[in-house]
Parts: sequence; structure tokens; C-alpha cells
Amino acid sequence: MSPLNNETVQKAFGVIRDEAKRRRDAFREEPVPKIQIGMATCGIASGALETKNAFEEVLAERKIEAHIRTVGCIGHCYAEPVVIMDHPESGFPPIFYHNVTPGKAKMLAKSFLEEGDPLFEHVLGAMEENDLVPQVLDFPRFNQEKRVVLEKCGRVDPEDIYEYIADGGYETLAKILQLAPNEIIEEVQKSGLRGRGGAGFPTGRKWDLARNADGQHKTVICNADEGDPGAYMDRTLLESNPHQVLEGMAICAYAVGAQKAIVYVRAEYPLAVKIVTKAIGQARELGLLGEGVLGSSFDLEIDVFQGSGAFVCGEETALIQSIEGNRGMPRHRPPYPVQQGLGGQPTVINNVKTLASIPPIIEHGATWFRAIGTEKSPGTAIFSVVGNIVHAGLVEIPMGVTLRTLIFDICGGVPNKKKFKAVQIGGPSGGCLPEDFLDTPIDFDSLIQAGAMMGSGGMVVMDEDTCMVDVSRYFLDFTQKESCGKCTFCRIGTHHLLNTLERITKGEGRDGDLEQLETLSEDIKDGSLCGLGKTAPNPVLTSLRYFRDEYEAHVKERRCPARMCRTLTAFYIDLDKCARGCDACVGSCPVEAIFTTKDRKKGVDQSLCVKCGECMVACPAEYDAVMKVSPPDLAPIIEQAVDD
Amino acid sequence: MAKLLVDNKEIEAKEGISLLQACLDNGIYIPNLCHIHGTDNPSASCRLCFVEIEGEDKPIPSCTVKAKDGIIVKTDTPSVRRLQCTAFKLLMSVHRVDCGHCPANKKCELQRIAKFLKVGLKPKYLELHLKETEVDESNPFLDYYPNRCVLCGKCIAVCKDKHGRAFLTFAKRGLDAVVSSYGEKDVSNLPCGKCLACIGICPVGAITSKDSPHQTA
Repeated sequence: MSPLNNETVQKAFGVIRDEAKRRRDAFREEPVPKIQIGMATCGIASGALETKNAFEEVLAERKIEAHIRTVGCIGHCYAEPVVIMDHPESGFPPIFYHNVTPGKAKMLAKSFLEEGDPLFEHVLGAMEENDLVPQVLDFPRFNQEKRVVLEKCGRVDPEDIYEYIADGGYETLAKILQLAPNEIIEEVQKSGLRGRGGAGFPTGRKWDLARNADGQHKTVICNADEGDPGAYMDRTLLESNPHQVLEGMAICAYAVGAQKAIVYVRAEYPLAVKIVTKAIGQARELGLLGEGVLGSSFDLEIDVFQGSGAFVCGEETALIQSIEGNRGMPRHRPPYPVQQGLGGQPTVINNVKTLASIPPIIEHGATWFRAIGTEKSPGTAIFSVVGNIVHAGLVEIPMGVTLRTLIFDICGGVPNKKKFKAVQIGGPSGGCLPEDFLDTPIDFDSLIQAGAMMGSGGMVVMDEDTCMVDVSRYFLDFTQKESCGKCTFCRIGTHHLLNTLERITKGEGRDGDLEQLETLSEDIKDGSLCGLGKTAPNPVLTSLRYFRDEYEAHVKERRCPARMCRTLTAFYIDLDKCARGCDACVGSCPVEAIFTTKDRKKGVDQSLCVKCGECMVACPAEYDAVMKVSPPDLAPIIEQAVDD
Repeated sequence: MAKLLVDNKEIEAKEGISLLQACLDNGIYIPNLCHIHGTDNPSASCRLCFVEIEGEDKPIPSCTVKAKDGIIVKTDTPSVRRLQCTAFKLLMSVHRVDCGHCPANKKCELQRIAKFLKVGLKPKYLELHLKETEVDESNPFLDYYPNRCVLCGKCIAVCKDKHGRAFLTFAKRGLDAVVSSYGEKDVSNLPCGKCLACIGICPVGAITSKDSPHQTA
């Protein structure tokens, strides 16, 4: 590229950056308080819209002057709806409030904005160092994270491109337009970045293959067809900071020589679709996309393609079929999409998080990136930690942190004084690891060695009340429903696995079932056509490996050790503990299975009981008289007197 | 010509054809259902044609690799047979075994494979799971038997090959997957009356003609 071109790019970007900074400074300098509300899907689901309405109402009602600013998700799901209030005049730093209900919102506006009292009982922490309020960064949930990809999430308004630019955004795009494509690929290769979709293929190598493949119409696809139960990293990223993903896509397209890019996002993510579409429009308007990006000779069009929600379309060959208008069915690889992808042309398919990792890598350099994480898995990992966990949410940690640190130190461990039992990593393709594996470092290779896999970032923590057979059944139910039906092993094999697991959870397990589960699982793993089938048996295999005694209890003793499988459990009322006079359990039972005998004993009619557990909840804590047992014949039989 | 060693026997194959085709051409039978002679895009969906190739750590479907010069192939190792037997038993666990009333009887690929692998037609340890619909008569020319179908997809491929677009398609997901037509009401749009290529290519008699129900070409 000619030096003239360099100057053009610099100049063009300089104008945009100056405008962005001018807008940011103008906003900052305005002498009114600022209320910042997290409004990604997770925030909205927790009531952020109502919270925002409440703020608007109270500001109008009491004629308080303040700016309400909506941002994406900061990752602290346990605290949603999240509000950060900045009221410089009060002398307090910006303050992070959690679980801000509409009522709390009104109260905060009145006390803090009008009277200068920040209501300490509702404060989670301050956003910066000060002498008045403890800082959020003193908490492990904040300070043990290493934010590379999520850095701007929850800080910038995803619907305003200037906020991203003022925060340093699109700087790297302007920078790489002055480099040769192979220099960029070299840098990405040097960084050691591995695909964040789960498989961990070296991103730089993929780009290099695509660059060297023959074809005039190469395409870059951002795979946002996130579908693992309990995983929402990609959605949050697209909703909270779409421009970082678009910037990564533009860099990739320039590096591999593509002029077309597609964001493949599932239609069940309407907010992500809306925000990404808007972001593309804004970027095009500023000349950051479209013909002659920033005045250079590089053209790039990015489109959004909405997938219809088939899990298998996250598999890259099925994804391509789906874009081409065909039924989303995987095909045999090779040829890989980097050789023959969309329309038979070389196609790079990268996960959202992979692409969002690119701008920071280009900005700070490969050496910086390599210094984070482990040697073979550099960089950070993003997990959505959910299940029986105190501080659920999105966490970005350096690779190599142990599961124990992530679950207990950063996320606060298991709630309600329950014991930790297992952690499920990698969604339906991953596995369940028991307590013994808590010291496993989180990186691609260590997790595979333990029998799980990195996956895309879903992590479900389970406490002692979880039945591992039931968890396997749940995941197999998912995969067999989502199997496209193309290949024999996945289509029929997963069905038989599910069938057997269902029998076992109902207490109809037979001798030889466990052995058959094992051999069939191994065959499905070796025999299936695509990644879905090849990994579908993992939940069964790992739980059989680490929790075999639970399976055996189900099959041999008809007992569910976690007392979760309904047919294998029974409820009864411990008459030594029961207050007799209280009828809380009787009233709570939806099927009238609980009765009182003439001498005021309480009994459960096992033939009627649906095992919902409502009586257990209803029984006052001071009596705690409802008992749950497995196998069901452990429950004492109370004779119900026949009415006279 | 490529020279390769299959089961210690040297065979010759045209450069570029699949290993499965090369073996079949040389009289070495490898069980298969979804393979179409001469195609460049193997469906690789029936998962029966596994072989072991020296240098690869796991069995590979032979339809997905090219017959390359110098490769050493084994078609009957224990791990190959294990996968083939499992795949076959899985297929039979959703198959209505009623050969006496099936037009494919005696020329059925499933019967051939059962004999070759020495596996019974009714698998012992897997529960039989049949679809509720025994026959789908919605197409004006064809009847489709979901409980016979092995979903190899050859009917769809041959239809597309003959007419430029396929009048048949896969429908539904997972175990419910079936072959279906698009429900076209206007019969004059359908070339089926004169074609019936799908019936001819079906390895198991899952599609029959409404005119002559026992025709299997």
C-alpha cells in the first residue's frame, strides 16, 4: 500500500476519533448526575426495563436533572438489574448498585440525587478508589478477572459507535490497513490464539490456510449460533459490545482477502440481532465498512444472517448449508471450509469470542497476549458460570486458573451450605468433573485430559442434590432432539442412550445396562459424522467414569443417592418432629395426597403423591418434619382410617 | 493409476476415485448403503464402509478418502467390524423386519450386509423403535415406508441429478427424520410418473410406485 494511502487512512480515522472524543468529553463535562443501567438480555430479564422506567418517572416527577445511559452487560448476573450512579456533586465516587428494583430506583433517585445520601445498605461498591466507599475491585469477583475480550462490555453503550471509538475502538482497524495482510496473520499466529468455539484450532493457521486458498470470493463468518444449555457468552458480547466483534471481522477479512463477511446469529437472540444490525449500519455510515474502508482500497460488506435455531448449525459445514438455503446438515470434512466453504469458496468461520480477541491482540501485540494464560492456551477464557453458584454470571479469567479458584474464590462457591458435587463444562459436548478435579487448570488440553472439554464457555456448577444420571439424561435428551438425523450413530445411537438412561432414572435399569451404555457411547464417538455426534456421549462417559456408584445404586438398589429421580424417591412426615396441629403441608399439596388420621397423625398417600416437594417447602423450619427418602419403600406406612 | 494394498492384495484404481469405489470395483466388498457410484460428494451418512488405513489411528469411512497410491488398507479388523456391526444393529433397531412382504426381499442391501457381517436382522440388546406411520401415501406417484427407510439419501441425490432440483427432501430431525416430498398438489409439475429413479436406487425398498407397488426396478 502506498504511503499516500496510509495518510488517507490516518486522516480519515483521525476525524472520526476526534468527533468521538469530543462527544465523550461533552457528555462527561455536563454537570448532571449520570445513571447507567445494564440493559442486555440478562438485565432486561431481571427487570432492567422496569427499573429504567422507574428512574425516568421519578426524575420527571421530582424534576431532577440526570442522564440515563443504557449499556450492555457487565457480567454480574447475580446482581441484575445493575445500576451505576455517578453524582460528582455529592462528593461520592461512581457507585455500583445491585438488584435495583423499581422501588429501589425511586428511593435511590430521591436519597442520592436529591439529598446526597448514597444509601449504603444497597451499595455493592465504588467504581474507583476513594476514602468513603469500599471499591468493587477489592472483591475477588472483580479483581481476579482479567478482562481482554469483555473489557468494554457494560462500559460502552452498544448502540453508539462513538462510545466504542472514544474508548480506543477501531484504532486497530486503522492500524492494520497500513500493514500487509501476512504481517497481521503472522502476529495472530505468534499470539497463539486458539478458536474459542470449543475445538481450539489455532486461529492464525486457519487464516493462513484461507489466505493461501484459491478463490476470488472469500468470506468471513462470525459464528454466533450459540446453543449450549446455560451458555450465553456470545450473546452478551454481541449485545454489549458489537463493534469489537465487527472490528475483529474486518481485520480478519483484510488479512485473508475477503470482501464479504456474515454474522451468523440465531433468531432467538432478537436483541443481539437488532444491536449488531444497528452497529453495522453505524460503521458503514462512518466509512469503517463498505466500499473503500477509511479511504483505503479495502472493501468490506458485513451482513447479518439469522439462523433458525438448530443446534447443529453451530457446526461449520451445517452453518454453511443453512446460509445457502439448504437444510442445516453437516457434511464430511475435508474439504474444510477454509478450502471450500460458502459457495465453494474459501471461508473462515470463527467464534464471536475469537474475533473479539483480535483487536486487543493487534493493539497490544502478540507478546502481551502470550503473557496471559498458559503456554499452549494463551489468553483468557470466558465462562458463563451458572447453576448452584453464589455469584453467577460471565467471568473472564486467564487460562490456567484452576476450577477451584474460579468456582470458589471468584464465584463464591455453592450456596445454601450445600456440598459441591460436580461441574459440567462444555455443554452437551463436555463432561462432568467431580471434586477431585477441582485443581485442574482451565485450558484446552487439561480439560480434554480430564474427560471434559473447553467448549464454548458454558459451565454449570452442581451441588449434592443433583443426580448425575439425571444430568446425563438431560443432556442426551437435548442432543438426540438436536441431531439432524443424517448419520446412523447420532440419529439412532443417541436415542438408545437416552432410552436406557430414562429407564435407569425410573428404576427400571437392568444388568448390563451400564456396560451397554459404555460400549455404545464409544461407538457413537468413533462412528459419527460430525462434532455433535462425536461428542454427544461425553456426558454419559464422564459421569459413568466418575460417578459410577450412582448409576449402580439406581440399577441395583433402585435408589437415587441424590433423591432427585421421582420414581425412586418418596416423601413422608416424621411424626416425632411434626407439630400435628399445623396443616401447612396439607394445604400445600396440589393433589391432596397428605391426610390427617383421627389421632392427628399426618401421612402421605404414596399412590397420589406426585413428589413435587411443596410440602417440604411449606413445613415450618422449626419442625422440618417432611422427609425425602430413596428408595421409596423406606417411607413408613401410615394407615389412613376409613371414614365411618 | 494408483496402486494400493487392500487386505494384502494389490489393487489398481483410477486416480481420484474413492477408496470404497476402488475396492468395490476390484471385487472387495465393503458394506455400504449411501454410496453412489461416481459421486464427488460422499454423503458419508450410513457409517458402514469403515476401513483401517495404515498411519491413521481410527477407522475411517472408505467413501471419504481417495484411492491414493501406496496406501495400505485393512477392511476386516476388529475395530472396523465393531463399528460396522453397531451401525448395522442401530439401523435394524428402527427397521420393520417383514421381508416376506417387502418388495426388496432377496435383493435388499440390509439382507446382504447381515449375511456378510454374520449379524441377525433383529438386534438382541436394542429395543425396537418404529415410527407410527407405516406408509406415507401423500405423494401422487410414490408411497414411502419410513420403517424400511435407512435415510441414506440416495433417492434425494438421484432426483436432484436427474431433474436439476430434488423433488424429495429430508424432513424432521433426529430419530423422527424421514424422506418427504414437498406436498406439491399440482401433479403436472412432478416428473415422477416417467422417472421413478428413486425407486430404482433405494437399497431397501422404502419407496414404491403407486401403479405397481412391487416394482423395485
